[in-house]
Amino acid sequence: MSATGAPAQQITGSNRFMLLILLVPGLLALMTTFLLPMIWLARASFSTSSMAAFGGGMTLEHYHAALTDPFYWKVAMNTLSLGVTVSFFAVILSYPIALFLTRSTSRWRGVLTALAVAPLLTSAVVRTYGWMVILGDRGVINGTLQALSLTTDPVRLSNNTFGATVALVEILMPYSILAMLAGFGRLNPQLEEAASMLGASKLRVFWRIILPLSLPGILTGALLVFVLAISAFVTPRLMGGGRVFVLGTEVFQEATVTLNWPLAAALSVVLLALFSSVIVIYQRALRRLEA
Amino acid sequence: MSRFLWHGLIALIYLFLLAPILVVVIVSFDTRQYLAFPPESLSFGSYAKVFANQTFISAFGRSVMIGLAVGLAAVVIGTLLSMALVRYRFRGREGVNFLILAPFLVPHIVLAVGIMLVLAPMQLLDSYTGIILAHLGITVPYTVRTITMSLMSVDRRVEEAAMVHGATPFAVFRRITLPLIAPGLIAGGVIAFLISFDEATISLFIVSVKVSTLPTEIYNYLEVSTDPQIAALSVLLIAISIVVVIAVEKLIGLRRAL
Repeated sequence: MSATGAPAQQITGSNRFMLLILLVPGLLALMTTFLLPMIWLARASFSTSSMAAFGGGMTLEHYHAALTDPFYWKVAMNTLSLGVTVSFFAVILSYPIALFLTRSTSRWRGVLTALAVAPLLTSAVVRTYGWMVILGDRGVINGTLQALSLTTDPVRLSNNTFGATVALVEILMPYSILAMLAGFGRLNPQLEEAASMLGASKLRVFWRIILPLSLPGILTGALLVFVLAISAFVTPRLMGGGRVFVLGTEVFQEATVTLNWPLAAALSVVLLALFSSVIVIYQRALRRLEA
Repeated sequence: MSRFLWHGLIALIYLFLLAPILVVVIVSFDTRQYLAFPPESLSFGSYAKVFANQTFISAFGRSVMIGLAVGLAAVVIGTLLSMALVRYRFRGREGVNFLILAPFLVPHIVLAVGIMLVLAPMQLLDSYTGIILAHLGITVPYTVRTITMSLMSVDRRVEEAAMVHGATPFAVFRRITLPLIAPGLIAGGVIAFLISFDEATISLFIVSVKVSTLPTEIYNYLEVSTDPQIAALSVLLIAISIVVVIAVEKLIGLRRAL
């Protein structure tokens, strides 16, 4: 076995034994928690027996159900539109924060950065509950409206797509902020100074310099939020009050309530296909942007 | 003036971002039995109820145990994998790298269905082994990341000096390398603990009654009721998150770890 790279070790007999010891536990763990599940998932989506991945014959009926039933078409469309809406608003709201944090020279910058990404480390269940409190029929907004005598009946803000969208935007924003912060390395204050010294207006500096340079970061943020939004199920389920049907909620329904595991597997594969095609489109777009 | 508007806009977005956490803290002190806003009077009543709720207490205990086991296992596995990836050049290295990053590329809900299908025939659904294995897959990428970063900053000459003076490879690792990478190790372990402790999506597919975790119990509770008890419980969880955030920030910096 040939070794490349100067600082790393040459592979000799005793080294190879050492390497094996280092690799085996991790590879075993990742095999049972990632590789096997993906294979079992693919197999189960063709299975004729309802509770087992293997055993039983092969059939295409679950894909047939997932791809021809008008209900699942509606579910797929709901999922896509939720993903697009959520990533649009998450990007719109994250962009000013990321721009502010990248350009700030304040001594509070570290604290403000931590504050923007820290919500990632609180459970999505807890933050979804927070939105139930804010948007509920007797929640913060409706309570305030009624206290001010602006409305008598509660305004329907939760148990619908609106509530699920708002909560998901907030829950996924830290991801887009992180992605943008990582992608804004090319922003250079000197370029902006040069442009304004040459007489460009603030708006022109933004359109011609800041926005084009931050576009890759924006795109990465949008992609991340989109893929997380289309695979979410806890927030759509709780905020939707059982009235929002997306791929995530239906996979959960089939897997744990209806106990139709092959259909759950087939729907997961559909979700994965959607997921992968978006990533491929994104990579094409990014390459064009950089060319 | 435009600067003032800009900062106002930033403040408003921050308010939106932190709103659910702020609101949960306020509601947790409400005295009423049902969810309503604004609170009429404040008390610790909801907290007392949480501490008297046997379901939540035992779920909390299980979540902590599972989190500790996951954190420890993810650190051990992460250290071994990082040593291999940083210190050796071998055929298939790229493959190993891919396998470590791959769980990031698959939606948790898809992974959850797959893991459920693998665990079911082994009778591992709703068992400690099952849930710990399931959480291991999504936490190892994080520990590998923080530990690899620490390992790459270790000066190899210090290790070589110890080797020259007759230290065995294991002694070098234990006395020199380990103390040097300790911040990355602890940060990775803490993040792994928290991810496991907060995880709901995969857990809801794997556990039901016997080893239900705190997030799954909260989820099940929220499907029927939204009373302030959950707010008090949420505040306790947020407090744990804050401790973790500060620890990770001090150890290696939050942005580098996530």
